[in-house]
Amino acid sequence: MVISKLVGARIKRKEDPRLITGGGTYTDDVRLPGMLYMAVLRSPHAHARIKRIDLGKALSHPGVVAALTGEEVKQVCDPIPALGPIEGMKLALRPPLAVGKVTHVGEGVVALVAESRYQARDALDLVEVEYEPLPANVDPERAMRRGAPVIHEHLKTNLAYSIKQSVGDVEGAFQRAAGTVKARLVEQRLIPLAMECRAVVAHYEPGPGTLTIWNTTQNPHVLRGFLASMLHLPENRIRVIAPDVGGGFGSKIDTYPEEALAALFSIRLGRPVKWAEERMENFQATIHGRGQLQEIEVAYDQDGGITALRVRIWADLGAYCQTFTHAIPTLTLTMLNGPYKIPNLAWELYGVYTNKTPTDAYRGAGRPEATYLLERALDLVAHRLGRDPTEVRRRNFIPKDAFPYKTAVGTVYDSGDYEGALDKVLRLANYTALRREQQERLQRGDRKLLGIGLSTFVEICGFAPNMPDNATVRVEPTGSVTVFTGTSPHGQGEETAFAQIVAEELGVPMEDITVVHGDTLTTPQGYGTLGSRTLPVGGTAVYQAAKTVKEKAVQLAAHLLKVTPDKVSYEGGRFFVEDIPDRKVSWKEVAEKAYSPPPELPADFEPGLLATVYFKPSNFTFPFGAHIAVVEVDRETGDVQVVNYFAVDDCGHRINPLLVEGQLHGGIAQGIAQDLYEEVVYDQNGQLLTNSLMNYAVPNPAMLPSYTLEASVTPTPVNPLGAKGVGELGTIGATPAVVNAVADALKPLGVDPAQVQMACTPERVWRLIQQAQRRRR
Amino acid sequence: MVCAPFTYHRPSSLRQAIALLQRLGEEAKVLAGGQSLIPVMKMRLAQPQHLIDLGGIQGLSYIREARGAVRIGALTTHAEVEASDLLKRRLPVLAETASLIGDMQVRNRGTIGGSVAHADPAADYPATLLALDARFKVVGPEGTRTVPASQFFPGPFTAALKPGEVVTEVQVPLPPQGSGASYQKFANKASRFAVVGVCAFISLNARGTIRSARLGVTGAADHPFRATAAEEALQGARPEERVFQRASRLVTQGVECVADVHGSAEYRAWLCQVLARRALETALARARGG
Ligand SMILES: Cc1cc2nc3c(=O)[nH]c(=O)nc-3n(C[C@H](O)[C@H](O)[C@H](O)COP(=O)(O)OP(=O)(O)OC[C@H]3O[C@@H](n4cnc5c(N)ncnc54)[C@H](O)[C@@H]3O)c2cc1C
Repeated sequence: MVISKLVGARIKRKEDPRLITGGGTYTDDVRLPGMLYMAVLRSPHAHARIKRIDLGKALSHPGVVAALTGEEVKQVCDPIPALGPIEGMKLALRPPLAVGKVTHVGEGVVALVAESRYQARDALDLVEVEYEPLPANVDPERAMRRGAPVIHEHLKTNLAYSIKQSVGDVEGAFQRAAGTVKARLVEQRLIPLAMECRAVVAHYEPGPGTLTIWNTTQNPHVLRGFLASMLHLPENRIRVIAPDVGGGFGSKIDTYPEEALAALFSIRLGRPVKWAEERMENFQATIHGRGQLQEIEVAYDQDGGITALRVRIWADLGAYCQTFTHAIPTLTLTMLNGPYKIPNLAWELYGVYTNKTPTDAYRGAGRPEATYLLERALDLVAHRLGRDPTEVRRRNFIPKDAFPYKTAVGTVYDSGDYEGALDKVLRLANYTALRREQQERLQRGDRKLLGIGLSTFVEICGFAPNMPDNATVRVEPTGSVTVFTGTSPHGQGEETAFAQIVAEELGVPMEDITVVHGDTLTTPQGYGTLGSRTLPVGGTAVYQAAKTVKEKAVQLAAHLLKVTPDKVSYEGGRFFVEDIPDRKVSWKEVAEKAYSPPPELPADFEPGLLATVYFKPSNFTFPFGAHIAVVEVDRETGDVQVVNYFAVDDCGHRINPLLVEGQLHGGIAQGIAQDLYEEVVYDQNGQLLTNSLMNYAVPNPAMLPSYTLEASVTPTPVNPLGAKGVGELGTIGATPAVVNAVADALKPLGVDPAQVQMACTPERVWRLIQQAQRRRR
Repeated sequence: MVCAPFTYHRPSSLRQAIALLQRLGEEAKVLAGGQSLIPVMKMRLAQPQHLIDLGGIQGLSYIREARGAVRIGALTTHAEVEASDLLKRRLPVLAETASLIGDMQVRNRGTIGGSVAHADPAADYPATLLALDARFKVVGPEGTRTVPASQFFPGPFTAALKPGEVVTEVQVPLPPQGSGASYQKFANKASRFAVVGVCAFISLNARGTIRSARLGVTGAADHPFRATAAEEALQGARPEERVFQRASRLVTQGVECVADVHGSAEYRAWLCQVLARRALETALARARGG
């Protein structure tokens, strides 16, 4: 596809006027006559047996209509499925309500419905539950040891799975190495924290026997399939609608208990049921992200070439396997090579159940964890060798003429130019001047140290060869166009991007195109919006459907113009005979004639002007980039500020650079958030200490820098748009850059860079400075 | 987040409010800006059965100068304090303190009376009002009394108020010539409340030595406090680096620092020291007219 007037243009988002003026319709805006409100009583314990539940007082509270316990739900509803379990793994699926025991703070124990939200909430305080508390597992490494309290007794262990593998000659490489470095790195848990909490409305209509679900989901078709199997209903009686969805960052990929519970109440009572999550519930009852403990060991030669990498990862799965809980850490393994040639690798991965909220996909999902450990490793090697971090990277990059490139771990990269991106960002940041300023500050003894951190990275996205997606492009009889997609954008702006693609292809004005998504009744089976797939997979389907429609329109025009199709040109909304611009027929006429064919059309002409196309990519896509973070560290307080941020990102062709930059801004912000601010803290008993926005630090604009962004463009060959996807790129790139910058700033004080851990909170940084000073004294 | 049920009252005079408070007793709470009370009600940590909104009472929102003090009505919002020309001229550190509270929405609704009555151990005003030696005018069933700041914050979330009493005014004495003050806040990155906040007030005499110095500290302990040992070390001394450093080290003498996810006791003690020194340096520069 060519970059032209529309594709590649900085077009403002079509959806924004609606969304920013309060014109959106979110799930909690859905109001149906006779609607009941659901509330869920949640476990205050991390691990406890349920001895007794007494619903008596709650049920007699004014307005309360019904209540359910885990035992009752179990009779009629299966646990929530997990997708693609790892072979041989011990699977602990989440029941909609706890059965027999609770396994994390926030697990649902009782659900009830009442005539109003207030009555439902008040009634929760009247439910009596007697617990027998059990010791809790908070640390995955300890939870897999013998003697740890077993969470799911039938599994006999907390170890859900382990993967051990190696390629090349790792032992030999370590023996021959010029040097080795080791580090133990913490990928702390994060709260995904979408602006809109989760919500569901379930409406069962006994007459036709249909169940309609409005839900804050990223993938309505998957939810429909899951609900059908859990509730034993035929899929074609369930309709899932994702209206406007206020962000997800992966957390709304999962099917959650409340969807099934609201449906059960609605089926039982014949009334619509709504549930809307509260913010503090969201901290406990919606998945967390990350949660890995990583041990890395690197062997290098005297030039800084990485000859081998050993990695051991403990993944903190939380109490259950939700949709992709088990799979996310394996993505870290897929990307263990990063943009580097590392020939010998060994890895161990332990997926461990703990008494905490389950983890699952959070922006980047497994890949920031990979770039983080690699980029920290590269910097440690540079530090040991006394070289500039750029040098070590150049020494190890996969060269740009090596694509497609199969890495040692076996992942095949589509296209790339890693050194090109590095060169570009070094110029953009004026790297040598930054290094000079850093030295000057040191010489002056400034209170604020300057740190410069690098991240060069590649990620995997465009999910996936086994997850095709589709689009229908339907030209209406008046010539306007409706686009249906199986993806389910929830803030990313595809209503604009997809309209651009169609406008370009069909020559129809943007405002005449409507993009419909997030409704299983109207859109064909799809996998939703996740894994940075919407444009490379869903967008390609849109493009191909538009092309098919265009071909048919040309054919029809040719009939009407009484020439062969190869003689027909199309421009400015008109089809005309080549070289005879007067012999013409308009787009609108063609559209109309498609639905009311005139007699002169051949008998075998199939009426209508629409096409449904599935696109199955041959491979994932591999966007990449190079980031430089510049931080200031207050040597007295340990406080860190990111003062400048430079990024060159390559996501192939940019259909709308404005949307791309928006994704990068948000993505980088979320990386910086993990580096400096956000951190889920549980105490030894599995109590969630960071349980609200009063104690979990989400950065506001004053805590973030301005970004200086530039593009590099290396199209992917795996789709005709040449677009790689960008939703997660910023986060995957940013996560190591800022921490490397902090380590860089602290080096002159004698702080061992391997000791720097996320989140680089003021106190953590201050302690490193204090320890280094004590050692020096 | 849904509050437990309560009855809402909106008296139009202070007398009515106090009568209501007296009649409803323990089950009633006064509502000002709601920026502390409503969140704890939504978390159901507080479930008062009656809310008595002070918002309908005229004449509790003002900033004026009279009889050697600036007087601030209890319902004056943080935003009004922040923007006050009178304060910027006469007590700039108070406007500075207000400007550092929470975010704009909180400052637009939260009130100075609510803040001091709530006595959050990490609130900002207490540090500055302690350093400025403010007094609080309190009206209750038994009449009116004035309580000095140094006696107003005996414990965590506890103000020296008797049942039925309402704060109506904050009185801040105008400092003499040659004085300066500075509030240094190290905010936690989540709520923006102080991990530690230190306000230093310095008054110089004609010879340039320290006539008096006061340090108010918030966030560090379970209630805001005056760093009296440090103040004594400053009294009469020459304002120089060595003196400031020694005084800063004394800030936490005899104080048990608190710990939470935003900082350990050890880190808070360290911050007290760093922030006290920074506050003293800035206060000195201002006292010298810098
Ligand atoms: C997100 C957020 C961030 C915040 N950050 C900060 C911060 O950084 N620094 C800071 O200092 N504060 C902060 N606050 C708290 C804020 O300053 C509150 O406004 C203040 O603590 C309470 O004032 P109010 O008028 O809102 O009181 P309310 O919430 O209405 O009342 C608080 C308490 O005081 C009582 N009360 C109120 N007025 C009176 C009165 N006149 N006499 C007697 N009793 C009274 C009430 O009964 C209640 O118990 C923050 C609040 C929020 C929500």
